[in-house]
Amino acid sequence: MNLFKESFMQLIGRAPTRPPKEDISPAAVKVHFRKKAEKFDAEEARRLHAEHDSNKWRRRRWITLIAINLLFVLSYHLDIQLLEGALTASRFLGFHMADLNSALQVMLAYKQVLINLLIGTVTIFLMWWLLGGRTFCSWVCPYHLLAEWAEMLHLKLTAKGLVKDHDFHRGARSVLYLVFVLLALITGYTVYETISPTGILSRALIYGPGLILIWVALLLLFEIFYSRRFWCRYACPIGLTYGLVGQISPLRIKYVLEDCQHEGDCRKVCLVPHVLDTVIKGRAQDVEVPIGADCTRCGLCVDTCPTSSLQFDFKGLNKIL
Amino acid sequence: MSSPDQSKSRPKPKVSKRRAQEARRRFLRSVGMGVGVVGTAMLGYYPVLSQSHPRLRPPGALLEKEYLASCIKCGQCVQVCPVEAIKLADVEDGFGLGAAWIDPRKQACDFSCDGLQCVLACPTGALTHETDYPHEVHIGVARLDKPQLCLAVLGQGFKGKIRDADFTGKFRYNEIDRWNPIPVRDRDFDLEICDLCVRHCPIEIRIAQCEAGKPPSGDENQCPPKHAIKLEAIANNDGIRRMKPVILDGCVGCGACEMVCPTEPAAIVIDVESILKA
Repeated sequence: MNLFKESFMQLIGRAPTRPPKEDISPAAVKVHFRKKAEKFDAEEARRLHAEHDSNKWRRRRWITLIAINLLFVLSYHLDIQLLEGALTASRFLGFHMADLNSALQVMLAYKQVLINLLIGTVTIFLMWWLLGGRTFCSWVCPYHLLAEWAEMLHLKLTAKGLVKDHDFHRGARSVLYLVFVLLALITGYTVYETISPTGILSRALIYGPGLILIWVALLLLFEIFYSRRFWCRYACPIGLTYGLVGQISPLRIKYVLEDCQHEGDCRKVCLVPHVLDTVIKGRAQDVEVPIGADCTRCGLCVDTCPTSSLQFDFKGLNKIL
Repeated sequence: MSSPDQSKSRPKPKVSKRRAQEARRRFLRSVGMGVGVVGTAMLGYYPVLSQSHPRLRPPGALLEKEYLASCIKCGQCVQVCPVEAIKLADVEDGFGLGAAWIDPRKQACDFSCDGLQCVLACPTGALTHETDYPHEVHIGVARLDKPQLCLAVLGQGFKGKIRDADFTGKFRYNEIDRWNPIPVRDRDFDLEICDLCVRHCPIEIRIAQCEAGKPPSGDENQCPPKHAIKLEAIANNDGIRRMKPVILDGCVGCGACEMVCPTEPAAIVIDVESILKA
C-alpha cells in the first residue's frame, strides 16, 4: 500500500484502508507476530497512563497559539508594528504573509495575482511546508482553541449521556472546498471569507467584536451539543488547504510499532482519528509509519502515549545529525 | 469503542442493515450540513450582490466589483491610517464582511499621511498601487446635498467649534502640528461667512501650499493639478451676501468637507452612487 496515496485519500475523505498482507514489511510482520502471542494487560496499560499523564505539547501549543494571536493584537494596539494585519494576510517585520486559503480565494475571485500577494503566499507555503501543514490549525488558528474547549465540554456531556456525537461524511469537506472554489470563480467574490471562523475571530481580536461572532457562537454550540469538532473535522476548507501542504511536509508525527500497546487512547483524543488507523493492532505496514497529511501535529497523541510510540519527527533530520 | 477489527469478521445481515441505515443517515446529515454551510455563506454574499448598502472605499480602491474580489480582509489599511478613517464592515453593514470602508461624516480621510499609507499597506492591490498622490484618488465626489441648510448659502458666518463637543473626528492642521492630526473640536473658528468645507479641503490646502512654494513633503508631484472646491457668490437682490460651495473637477471624495460641515445633517456629502455607476 502506497502510504503517500493513502494519506491523500484519507485527507480528501476516504475511510482508512488496511494494508494488504504482502505490503507489510518482514520486520513489522515479526513484531505483529510477537504481539499476537502477548496478552493485553489492561491493568499495566492503566498504570503506565497514570504515570505518564502529560500536557506538555498541549501547553506548548496553547502558549504558541495565544502568543501569536496576542502579537497581532499588541502590534496594532501598542503600535509596535511587529505583526501587522490579521491571519488572512499580514506583514511580519515588513515581510508579506498571506493565508493560503484566503489568498487562493482572492486569486480565484479577482483572477489576477499581485506580486505582494504572491510573495506572501509563497512565504507562507514554505513556512507551513517546513512546519507540517495543518500545524497552522492546531498551533495558530484561534477557532481551534475555542473548539478544543467546546470539545472538552462536549466530551463531559457525552460521558454523562446528555448528548451524543453525530458524525458526518469526511468527504463533505472536499465537496465544500470545491464549492467554495467554484463560488469564488463564478461570483468574483471571496464567499468563504464571510463564514470563515478563522478570519472572523482573528479580526474580532484585533479590530474589536462584531455581530458576526454570533455565527462563531452557533458553530461552537453545534459542536458542544451535536457533533464533536464539527467544523475542523468535516467543513473547514482552510484545513484541507494546509492538509495538502502537510502531504509533502517533512515534519509529522511518527508511529513506532515496537512498544505500542494498541489500547487506542491516542485515537480517542485525536481530532482526526482516521490518521491513526495504523496504530490498530496488526495494521502497521512497517516498524515505523509516518502519520498522514490530515494530522494537525497537535501533539495530543504524543502527550497521551505512555510508551512514546508516537513522536514528532522531521524526515531526514536523523540522517543529517 | 467498537472492535477495531470489524472488517475481519463478516458482519451478520442484521448488523449490516443497521450499518447501511446509519451510513444513509450520515450521508443525508452530511448533505444537510453542506447545504447549511454554503447557504450561510450565500447569505453573506447576497448583500454584496445586491449592493444594498453602497459605501465609500479607502483611497486607491479599485472599482467596487474588483475591489470586493481582491480585498483579503486583513485590515492592514486600518492599522496604518493616522486618523483611523478606515474600518472593516460587520454583517449588519451589509456589504461584504471584513471589507474596508470609510464613513466620512464620522472620520474622513484627510490625507494626513501624505504618502497614501493604506495603498502601500494593501497586500492584494485592492487599493491599487497605481495611486501615488492624494489628487489621483477617486473615493467619490462631493455634492451640495442640502443647499437650504448650507450656512454660506444662507449668508451666515460660523463661530465656535465644529460639530458636538463629543465629536471625535480628527484633522491635521499643518499650522498647528505638521505631523499629528488633532480632534477638530479642539479648534475655535470665527468666520464671517462659513467656508469650513473649502478651508478643510485637503486638495485646496495642498494647492495653497504649492502656491506658497512649500509643496507637501517638499515634493512637487504632491501638487494637485486641479481645484476641488470653491465658494462662489450667488447673485441676488435681497442685500444678503450669499455664497455657494461649488464642487470642481479636482474633488477626490475624501469627505473632509462632509466631516466638518457644521449643519445637521451635513449640507455637503460625498456621493457613493456616482462611483458605483462608474
